[in-house]
Amino acid sequence: MLEYTGMRFANAEAMGLSYDEWLLILKRLDRTPNLCELGIFSAMWSEHCSYKSSKKWLKTLPTEGPQVIQGPGENAGVVDIGDGLATVFKIESHNHPSYIEPYQGAATGVGGILRDVFTMGARPIALLNALRFGEEDHEKTKHLVSGVTAGIGGYGNCIGIPTVGGEVNFHKSYNGNILVNAMAVGLAHADRIFYSAANGAGNPVIYVGAKTGRDGIHGATMASTEFSDETESKRPTVQVGDPFTGKLLMEACLELMAADAVLSIQDMGAAGLTSSSVEMASKGGLGMEIDLDLVPVRETQMSAYEIMLSESQERMLMVIDPEQAETARAIFDKWDLDFMPIGRVTDTQRLVLLKDGGVACDIPLAPLVDDAPEYDRPYRPNELQPVLTSASLICDFLVKDALIKLMSSADLASRRWIYEQYDSDVMADTLAASGGDAALVRVHGTNKALAISTDCTPRYVEADPFEGGAQAVAEAWRNICATGAKPLAITNNLNFGNPEKQDIMAQIVGAINGIGKACKVLDTPVVSGNVSLYNETDSMAIQPCPVIGMVGLIDEWETAVGIGFTSVGEAIFVIGQPADCADGWLGNSVFAKIVAGREGGAPPPVDLDAEKAHGQFVREQIAFGQIKAAHDISDGGLLVALAEMALSGNLGADINIPESDTLLAWAFGEDQARYLVQVEDAVKFQALLDEHNLKGHQIGTTKDSQILTVGPDVTISLEEIRQCYESKLPEMMA
Amino acid sequence: MRVAILVFPGSNCDRDMMVAVETITGRRPALVWHKDSQMDPVDLIILPGGFSFGDYLRCGALAARAPVVEAMLDHASRGGAVLGVCNGFQILLETGLLPGTLIRNERLKFVCRSVNLQLQPDHDSPLLSTLDPGHSLTIPIAHNEGNYFAQKDDLEMLKQNGQIAFKYTASPAFGPDNPNGATDDIAGILSANGRVLGMMPHPERAIGNGHPSSDGKLLLRAILQGVA
Repeated sequence: MLEYTGMRFANAEAMGLSYDEWLLILKRLDRTPNLCELGIFSAMWSEHCSYKSSKKWLKTLPTEGPQVIQGPGENAGVVDIGDGLATVFKIESHNHPSYIEPYQGAATGVGGILRDVFTMGARPIALLNALRFGEEDHEKTKHLVSGVTAGIGGYGNCIGIPTVGGEVNFHKSYNGNILVNAMAVGLAHADRIFYSAANGAGNPVIYVGAKTGRDGIHGATMASTEFSDETESKRPTVQVGDPFTGKLLMEACLELMAADAVLSIQDMGAAGLTSSSVEMASKGGLGMEIDLDLVPVRETQMSAYEIMLSESQERMLMVIDPEQAETARAIFDKWDLDFMPIGRVTDTQRLVLLKDGGVACDIPLAPLVDDAPEYDRPYRPNELQPVLTSASLICDFLVKDALIKLMSSADLASRRWIYEQYDSDVMADTLAASGGDAALVRVHGTNKALAISTDCTPRYVEADPFEGGAQAVAEAWRNICATGAKPLAITNNLNFGNPEKQDIMAQIVGAINGIGKACKVLDTPVVSGNVSLYNETDSMAIQPCPVIGMVGLIDEWETAVGIGFTSVGEAIFVIGQPADCADGWLGNSVFAKIVAGREGGAPPPVDLDAEKAHGQFVREQIAFGQIKAAHDISDGGLLVALAEMALSGNLGADINIPESDTLLAWAFGEDQARYLVQVEDAVKFQALLDEHNLKGHQIGTTKDSQILTVGPDVTISLEEIRQCYESKLPEMMA
Repeated sequence: MRVAILVFPGSNCDRDMMVAVETITGRRPALVWHKDSQMDPVDLIILPGGFSFGDYLRCGALAARAPVVEAMLDHASRGGAVLGVCNGFQILLETGLLPGTLIRNERLKFVCRSVNLQLQPDHDSPLLSTLDPGHSLTIPIAHNEGNYFAQKDDLEMLKQNGQIAFKYTASPAFGPDNPNGATDDIAGILSANGRVLGMMPHPERAIGNGHPSSDGKLLLRAILQGVA
């Protein structure tokens, strides 16, 4: 007997389903669903689990390449790094929970993404993040920055995976809807990757990890609706993380995998036991029968609905080799974790749930996955924003004053206050963490290292979704190349507003097209990702933020370079800029926002062929030892990049400036595809640039002083820059 | 040279310490599980960093009651050498082998960065005897509860007996520095016999080979020589 069959459309609507979707459920079941079944449909068909608004466009992204072992569709992407090893990575959002409860929201975001990685058989070796908060003086910003930072650190530090990089920014569009995206990168043997497809009808289905409670029920559905003032009442739908149990679960799972006992495994993430059981069974073309009375619970009287929709953390579902059951149990006993056979794989292609001696759910799997709605939502792009001339943005600021103002802005100031709260060194393989371009983490026990970066410039995406999408990939590419590593592949986290609005849908389409184009040209396929829509509060959408997480590989980590100047009297070159350049792209720059007080305008165009050529050149010259330090030029332009190199290396520089009425644009313009590099032999390097037909020239020389000299008249002490650069966030958070 | 590293649930620097010791000695130390109440005789027991038992209740409090700690206490009572780093230091304080306690950092935030340490010239420890008195070391810290506190009497005793091993000290880059508010800038202390050392900084994260410093290697090598 089914426990309760009186569901109506009103119940479905309350769970976020549309009338058409409700009718489809009735048709597929040929009856009314009960509460548990309806909950399962609503979770599986939620935007969060089904990608119903974005799927049509996600399919256009390039996902293949000789380096790709596993593209999108599994817990995480898998990329070959040679010598029988693979890197496994993914990025995922935890925006809504983090706004409601910043510490737990961010912490469980980290825990969730780590499980996605070790579920594949990989030991996580690095964490990164991409964060967006509201204006610095908004009443909630301080509380949210503080809580999210502590939450990310709280989980990562305890579980013992270094947080090595990320990016943070502030804008009023995030006042009521922050973004918290967490990326995890792991290392596995290429021939020992674990997948989620269930196999072998009759094999036992095992529940492992923490017990199931009432936390996070229907979190996936919450992540698929807009926010309103009532959001605070959703605090109970935020999960609570336990990094200690996460650590035990990680060690136990990796030990179990090494023992060859696991046939398939899936993390209980969004939509908990629902999505894990449905995905495992449907991917294997099989069915599953689970006795919910056997599920370890930490509260009494939990209904089938609550057990299936709980998002309690640190849980896994797996199918094991029955002959290895005792080995498996012994491993979980050692780690003092629950290990409970709760059901079996069947060949019925149905999900059957038993509870209290009856059947709580009996539904075919195919509709849950194959019939998940896929929308071709209408879209209408906003008019492209006008190109703003330098003359319209230049004000009577002096170069020095503008630089100080930029370096002390929340947009560009040092993030030390944040990243010092993250353990960046645990595992002892971190070669470069926050504060440079890409993070570098050694492939344990080898000469190789992975370079990892997360990037996006939302104001560009808002002004021109296509260019902005491409720019996010290009900037990540530059950050990887600037260390000397070869970019391999990306993961993306598409954060947008309500896709049912045509201009928002146009942002999604445009940005995905831009990302796809850039990934094709730069040969960095998309191997995993996450979509977070409905990032709106009271109908105000966020600045669109398609975050790119890119991973690259360097064969000899000792050849990698950082951004800091390393020695005195060496030439500083700009790559990607002609020698007679006297202007720059100021429209929609940080300068325009902070100094000129004007947001918007067309973003700098992206030339992907130039990006490719310049990136390859920089990488090669780093490998040949010609380049001693390198930094990509992005937010804030050339002079900000130069100041960062000087601060990082604690060395000054003399810089030549052009004769120009638009000197501020030259100094702070954000033209793309550019790098600043320090080289030993200026003559040879110029010859190399000419030989490769690349634009670039010497603009200065490093020197043994604590002073930046910009042209004949301007001198700025590093101490003055450092003081304002380092004090901004501490003052803001005090 | 026989070295054992104790592993508690939630330890997360056990592998790092194993790699560091192996790099120096060429021999892989034994990892001993917290449930083991017996262990083979060794020259040095190391309690690594991490979050033993999730740091629930109090940092190190649950680990200090683990079966393997009984064996460690036996070893120490026979004059055996012990090194506790970070969470390992917290555990040593919870066992009572070293005096005082580690409370939350003054600014109430986790802090991860390099610090400068000065080896105190008046220490009387065989573990540190091959290092120059007053030697300065650059080694990273990463902790939330590293603010050393002791009662006046204990503090006086530590000073009198030369049991203060390291103090945080100024660096050219950072200026005057005490990253966590520790009393008297204390970063590491010794037992009365000088054979048990507890310290907050992580020497295993400063063994060169891509780390910003190799001073941790210097220190570990000195300790390994000291117990040999």
